[in-house]
Amino acid sequence: MSTTELPNPAPYIAPEMKGFWAATAEGRLTMPKCDDCAEYVWYPRPFCPACGSTNVTWTDVSGNGTVYTFTVVHRSGVPGYREALPYVIAYVQLEEGPKVMTNIVGIEPEQVTVGMPVSVVFNDTEKGNALFRFQPA
Amino acid sequence: MSIRGKAYIAGVYEHPLREIPDRSSSQIQAEVAFGALADAGLTLADVDGYFTDSAHGFGGLSMADYLGLKLRHIDSTETGGSSYVVHVGHAAEAIAAGKCSVALITMAGRPRSAAMGMGRGGEPVPDSVFEGLWGMSGAVTGYALAATRHMYQYGTTSAQMAEVKVAASLHAQHNPNAYLPKAVTVEEVLDSPMISSPLRRMDCCVVTDSGGAIVVVSPEVAASLPRQCAKVLGHGEAVKHADMGRLDLTYTGAVVSGPIAFEEAGVTPADIKYASIYDSFTITVIETIEDLGFCEKGKGGEFVLDGGLVAPFGKLPFNTDGGGLCNNHPSNRGGVTKVIEAVRQLRGEANGPTQVPNCNIALAHGTGGSIGARMGSSTLILGQEDA
Repeated sequence: MSTTELPNPAPYIAPEMKGFWAATAEGRLTMPKCDDCAEYVWYPRPFCPACGSTNVTWTDVSGNGTVYTFTVVHRSGVPGYREALPYVIAYVQLEEGPKVMTNIVGIEPEQVTVGMPVSVVFNDTEKGNALFRFQPA
Repeated sequence: MSIRGKAYIAGVYEHPLREIPDRSSSQIQAEVAFGALADAGLTLADVDGYFTDSAHGFGGLSMADYLGLKLRHIDSTETGGSSYVVHVGHAAEAIAAGKCSVALITMAGRPRSAAMGMGRGGEPVPDSVFEGLWGMSGAVTGYALAATRHMYQYGTTSAQMAEVKVAASLHAQHNPNAYLPKAVTVEEVLDSPMISSPLRRMDCCVVTDSGGAIVVVSPEVAASLPRQCAKVLGHGEAVKHADMGRLDLTYTGAVVSGPIAFEEAGVTPADIKYASIYDSFTITVIETIEDLGFCEKGKGGEFVLDGGLVAPFGKLPFNTDGGGLCNNHPSNRGGVTKVIEAVRQLRGEANGPTQVPNCNIALAHGTGGSIGARMGSSTLILGQEDA
């Protein structure tokens, strides 16, 4: 990654998202899984848009996946990030299926490739939770 | 119920300026409203339906008040830059249903001079939380994510994407109002600074202060007007979203909106003589022409080679005003100019060498939001009055 560390902005936490963010403080990536059709729901919400069920259960995922796509950001107006150029934004496809937006860290940006195996890391926001990012597996 | 032949575009107006430091967006809204109504041979007093986005004022209420409109129909559908293509379809539906007979569509904004942006604030929506933490910087980042995947999956190259910009620039040199009126080469595009890989500065649309307006009328009103009108033949719209994390960034909502519009119009891609294709970024055009059926999926990069998009004799003459890439992207939204240039082509009023001969059927396609996550797509097919 770039020589400058990425910022760790604290997320806005909606009431029904407390479980998700509390898990990040424990190093767990969790998401609702539908009790009726078994689909994972990303981003989290307390129902299943796939089948309409309201029976979903927070379920930890492995944190392993592959890079579906990525971009190396060379110009940015985002405070904190604009001091950390260049940096990588990606969609990682988890082995459970969903694709999540994230940063790829722990690697030079120009070395990132589509299909690269990655695993989750957690960066502490110092607000009782952590950001999920991914690094080469 | 079909809208085919139930409504006509009687007037259009694109604001001639691209940097407007000395007047408000509201005044620009009024200027484009007056311009399009004058083009149609109508006045503000004739308007009984109003369509605008949510970017300026409280839905359409603020501008209806400002313009003094007496309305019996209002619609402020917001699908980003595709909104005004949607508005034409919705206006035709409202006219066909007898809800109004003279529909005014306006938009304006000044991102260069007064970057106050849209009324955000309040409670964040979930996508802004789960996509806002990673340093997404403007729209380019999301479109770059789509471009990387399209290149990986189909072998599309940066040089092919550059051809889209080159074609737009060849058209812009004939447009006296274009923000970037200079023709560029593939090499110049590839030498421009990287913004968010693989997209470089010249893969990105311009940022302009400007606006545009469209007047849609009933067949009875159209018959009473002196100017040549454009007949609404068909319209389709779609929302493509992240689908619980199952997103596929290699296609757009045009795969849904396109076939709906073609079926309603009773035409095929081979019948389209001119196409306004939303060009927020070069990759937007590549994916959209594939999705609308102008070429096989994944072959958009090859389609644009050898002047495929260049008027008047390319396979698919596109964006003859110079498009969002070179001419105008008012308020960071390009849908209105897409409709306006299609009407110019049907009327035979495109800029000199960019006029497509015998242009009897044209298409305008809008893309709003981000092809990297969630987007509005809208396809409009227009014909000459006797089409």
